[in-house]
Amino acid sequence: METVTDIEWILACYTDDVPANGGACIKHGDEQIAIYNFTRRNEWYATQNLCPHKQQMVLSRGMIGSTGEDCNPKVACPFHKKTFSLINGECLSGDDYQIKTYPIKVTDGRVYVGIV
Amino acid sequence: MSQQTIIVVGNGMVGYKFCEKLIAKSSHFNIIVFGEESRIAYDRVHLSEYFNGKSADDLSLSSGSWYADNGITLYLNDPVQEINRAEKTIHSLSGTTLKYDYLVLATGSSAFVPDIPGVEKEGVFVYRTIEDLDLIKAYSANAKVGAVMGGGLLGLEAAKALIDLGIEETHVIEFAPRLMPRQIDSAGSGMLASKLKSLGLNIHLNKSTASFIGEGKIEALKFNDDSTLPVDMMVISAGIRPRDELAKLAGLHVGTRGGIIVNEKMQTSDESIFAIGECALYEGMIYGLVAPGYEMADIVAAWLTGGSKAFYGYDMSTKLKLIGVDVASFGDAFITEPDCRTLVYEDTFKGVYKRINISNDGKYLLGGILIGDADAYNILLQTVNNKIVLPPNPEDLILGSRGGEAAEGAGVLSLPDDALVCSCEAVSKLDICCAVNDGATNIDSIKKCTKAGTGCGGCVPLVKDLITGTLKANGQYVKNVICEHFDYSRQELYDLVKINKVKNYDLVLDHFGKGDGCEVCKPVIAGILSSLWNDVIVKQDTIQDSNDRYLANIQKGGTYSVVPRIPGGEITPDKLIVIGQVAKKYGLYTKITGGQRIDLFGAHVNDLPQIWEELIDAGFESGHAYGKALRTVKSCVGSTWCRFGLHDSVSFAIEIEDRYKGIRSPHKLKGGVSGCIRECAEAQAKDFGVIATEKGWNLYVCGNGGSKPQHALLLATDIDSETCIKYLDRFLMFYIKTADPLTRTATWLNKMEGGMSYLKNVVINDSLGIVEQLEEEMQQLINSYHCEWKEVVDNPDLRRRFAHFVNAPEVKDPNIKFESMRQQVKAQW
Repeated sequence: METVTDIEWILACYTDDVPANGGACIKHGDEQIAIYNFTRRNEWYATQNLCPHKQQMVLSRGMIGSTGEDCNPKVACPFHKKTFSLINGECLSGDDYQIKTYPIKVTDGRVYVGIV
Repeated sequence: MSQQTIIVVGNGMVGYKFCEKLIAKSSHFNIIVFGEESRIAYDRVHLSEYFNGKSADDLSLSSGSWYADNGITLYLNDPVQEINRAEKTIHSLSGTTLKYDYLVLATGSSAFVPDIPGVEKEGVFVYRTIEDLDLIKAYSANAKVGAVMGGGLLGLEAAKALIDLGIEETHVIEFAPRLMPRQIDSAGSGMLASKLKSLGLNIHLNKSTASFIGEGKIEALKFNDDSTLPVDMMVISAGIRPRDELAKLAGLHVGTRGGIIVNEKMQTSDESIFAIGECALYEGMIYGLVAPGYEMADIVAAWLTGGSKAFYGYDMSTKLKLIGVDVASFGDAFITEPDCRTLVYEDTFKGVYKRINISNDGKYLLGGILIGDADAYNILLQTVNNKIVLPPNPEDLILGSRGGEAAEGAGVLSLPDDALVCSCEAVSKLDICCAVNDGATNIDSIKKCTKAGTGCGGCVPLVKDLITGTLKANGQYVKNVICEHFDYSRQELYDLVKINKVKNYDLVLDHFGKGDGCEVCKPVIAGILSSLWNDVIVKQDTIQDSNDRYLANIQKGGTYSVVPRIPGGEITPDKLIVIGQVAKKYGLYTKITGGQRIDLFGAHVNDLPQIWEELIDAGFESGHAYGKALRTVKSCVGSTWCRFGLHDSVSFAIEIEDRYKGIRSPHKLKGGVSGCIRECAEAQAKDFGVIATEKGWNLYVCGNGGSKPQHALLLATDIDSETCIKYLDRFLMFYIKTADPLTRTATWLNKMEGGMSYLKNVVINDSLGIVEQLEEEMQQLINSYHCEWKEVVDNPDLRRRFAHFVNAPEVKDPNIKFESMRQQVKAQW
């Protein structure tokens, strides 16, 4: 059974804060959240900013792209190029890591991230 | 079905692997782990890297939350003290009593400490856990001479650790007449010993220690032959003892010389209790390597989940790097004539020793030893294990094929399907070939779907050969392509981008690629675009590698380093003062680099534009230390000051560095100019090097320092400055246009058909008729030079990108912390 949880939408930043086909980091309390503006696909994603491999706050500075036949969107950590799915946070480069993903929506040039 | 409770006693590598294997097979178990140490399981195989820059975190086998994430209850600092077999309960130090359905003992081993008088003295250590290493590290600060008792595998690891700790004089004391007596023969040991001696280690064989001398703390060793050796500290690595005391207390059967007796299912004399790893004794043998331990873990996990795997001993072949020297031993390494025929190859100059033992009929390889060069280990081991019939010239196995067909990778497909390729994860050749046929055509995807290569990593070259071999066998053309998004090599794409005058990444992807790109093709194309059009790279910041994106090198902890250009290593006192002021103002750590300039570390991303504004105001430019571009042209002081100097090497180095600065290339470029043959600028270790002669300059190219040092080769002799520049233009442009991504000039030349004589023909004799074009293209790049940092400093939009939080641009990353070291800062990590 799926449980419905209340999502609190917070204003993360404005669309032009995040470079095209790249990422930027926002601060929510003590939490660091990476926001990705996937202009090429006209999509937005949000994940934790911490790379679980070496515990570095850097994922927002990583390159984004896609992999596989179904073009699974991903981000590559700039430190050691571990890659993670932007959809479910699964590590795509063969390690047992998992990162957190957040719901995201854009209205009127404002980017909102859902905190569960 | 109610959940069964499995209690694992011991949280070392094997205990951890057991948990990993069990949860992969089933989620029906309630797993509880007790560990004696305060840390989560860590990699003991690579323990010596702890002194070589790796932290305890780096050595961890999992993230801290792994246990909880997988529903495993973990008790650290809490050794199990008692097993009540009648009640099926355990009792731990902290007073916890828990019931188990099955108990897995993975208690490992402890260091064997011989009963030598004085062994209790201060300064005597064992080498087993991170805590031991911390004690050794602390004590070594005041020690000049250190000794290791035991010349086995672990002893030599410990000796390496002492060297890494900066101990000035390190001794290895071995009781036996040779090093690593369990793995290698005396000729191999001799080669290893002389190689290690040349690396600064003192080796004493046939030495038996009688006592440790000293008042309270150790001051010297006394040997049985009455000689003494003064030492400040001592590490004992004389073998291991299985940790069987808990099992013994519980009345389980143990061996007379230690070890918990197990059957082929790893069951002890109590069928609800298993023992795995170095505490288990199977048919009178303790298996003191990690791979058999993992195999035992797999057997118990399989048995608990209804499988029927069994243990029948384990191949103890091993390959490792000791203090930089390859050592491998496989199959039956010690069998001698007349039971076999032995082939030996010895090169005392290079320190290489290879021995292979062949069956008397010449058909099969039985085993062997490799010292100094163990590249052939994987294929030799497979040849033994799979009883592959040898070729008519078995000496080719250790000498390589001399003349005729090259044998590279050819043998891998002749391995039988059940050949064990990855012994850590028990992956066979068939598993890998099937995965390749199912579409896993690169090493990452193979790692992901088979786990091969994720343990020690030793099989990775063999796995790669298998991927290539399988693809070729399927008739698939193995093409040198950039990544899944582009079916072109870098050179092909360079030409396409050039002919079609494409100027941004998205258009390149639209025209010549597919999908959305990735972290491999983006920086490659960013480099091609730069090499062709030399536009401001931060205009397309998100296709740049992270260093190029922020025009600075990202460092541990997430700070950046700042490297202003100091051409030829020449700098005025005023500029030195500015660097000092900037470093002080922004709290930066400063260090002189190998390329004769000054690196400033520890800058917050937010501070970078302001730091550069101040540096640029003082007349500095970007040093491109972050880019695949020219780094430095190192120079000696030359004829202006040096009494031996023939020409003004500093002026020429500055001219060359200014000429090629900012130009993007397939990899970084380094140069050097020496004013005479004494070669103080080490120009022959650079991508291009110029050395003054009586009549002009000698030009050398394609040298390399770094991990694979290679001397540069002479391209032209006694040329004047103008000709030298002309040849350099052609050479560099030819490299930029034709090399694969991330290929240094040395590797590029090594792969080039025809090698140096071909390159000479292209650059000097114009055999391809392209030199005018090369010179022209180079001139265009030189004309379009701009300081990338100045572009950013002067542009408010670009400056805005240098913030950690876009919604709080003034806030710096609170995770970045520093600690002090020698009056400067270092990243806390």
